[in-house]
Amino acid sequence: MAKVYGAVTIDSKRCKGCELCVVACPADVLQLEPQEVNDRGYHYAYTAQPSSCIGCAACATVCPDACIEVYRFVDRGEK
Amino acid sequence: MTKEELIRPENKVYSRPRLLTEVNTHYCPGCSHGVVHRIIAELLDEMGLEDIAIGIAPVGCAVFAYNYIDIDWIEAAHGRAPALATAASRLNPDRLVFTYQGDGDLAAIGTAETIHAANRGENIAIIFINNAIYGMTGGQMAPTTLLGMKTATTPYGRRADLNGYPLPISNLLAQLDGTCYVTRQAVHTPAAVRKAKTAIKKAFENSLAKRGTSIVEIVSTCNSGWKLSPAQSNDWMVEHMFEKYPLGDLKNVEPEKK
Repeated sequence: MAKVYGAVTIDSKRCKGCELCVVACPADVLQLEPQEVNDRGYHYAYTAQPSSCIGCAACATVCPDACIEVYRFVDRGEK
Repeated sequence: MTKEELIRPENKVYSRPRLLTEVNTHYCPGCSHGVVHRIIAELLDEMGLEDIAIGIAPVGCAVFAYNYIDIDWIEAAHGRAPALATAASRLNPDRLVFTYQGDGDLAAIGTAETIHAANRGENIAIIFINNAIYGMTGGQMAPTTLLGMKTATTPYGRRADLNGYPLPISNLLAQLDGTCYVTRQAVHTPAAVRKAKTAIKKAFENSLAKRGTSIVEIVSTCNSGWKLSPAQSNDWMVEHMFEKYPLGDLKNVEPEKK
């Protein structure tokens, strides 16, 4: 069976910590940074469980600040 | 597979739209304006309308829209975006003219301009952000505010006997012969964002094909004005706003087949 690998990169300087991506993520990959803040004082989002990501781009679709980029690779087991 | 192997240009499925400028938006965290700006920028890029699009910016929170999307913009006086769009589209018939307005701009001070532009059937697309409050000035009551909803000017909730009823302006506009497409969408979930994008695409196509006025109402949140977190605002919107403003097409005149 094909396995899907996904990864997201978050522009943490642009992120405003609205948490909409955390709510939208079906695989519970994203969390808000509990302690650290960015230059503008927001608790930015980060990938807490990067290995669970399936690259569905739900987070990027709801992000109001367009700070998420999504990568996806489907491994069909072909060599 | 390591993250370094994955993060390569050939695996990229989503990136920041090219037409969004590098400026950080002034919107509050979680504001629906950001999502709508993003899908407009994506659409203009995908449809190749970058060089022929003219946006009309409103007065309201979205007043700085011209700083965020890299196309031609005109800033209208408060509520007068459809009047300005009328001039822009009549003088430049080969260009796409759209307005981007909030509920204070479109449904309060600009009601006359909006209704008459739609009644004349101007070939413009109107993107209407309805968050049921005046966000920019600090959360006062808007014509679209729900009954019982607390705002800065209705601290005990909007009362019908004192403040009147919420104004479903899209339903009014759907009655007019000049409009070809009136729809109500939201941007609270990924599925809703995709539907809203399809609706705006259809509005732009109608405008380019000179079929009349298209109105896309986006039921939105104003988490600062509503005094809720962005996620709670979405839940509140689903629970309360959709009752008065149900999603879906209100009018869709299909083009005649030749």
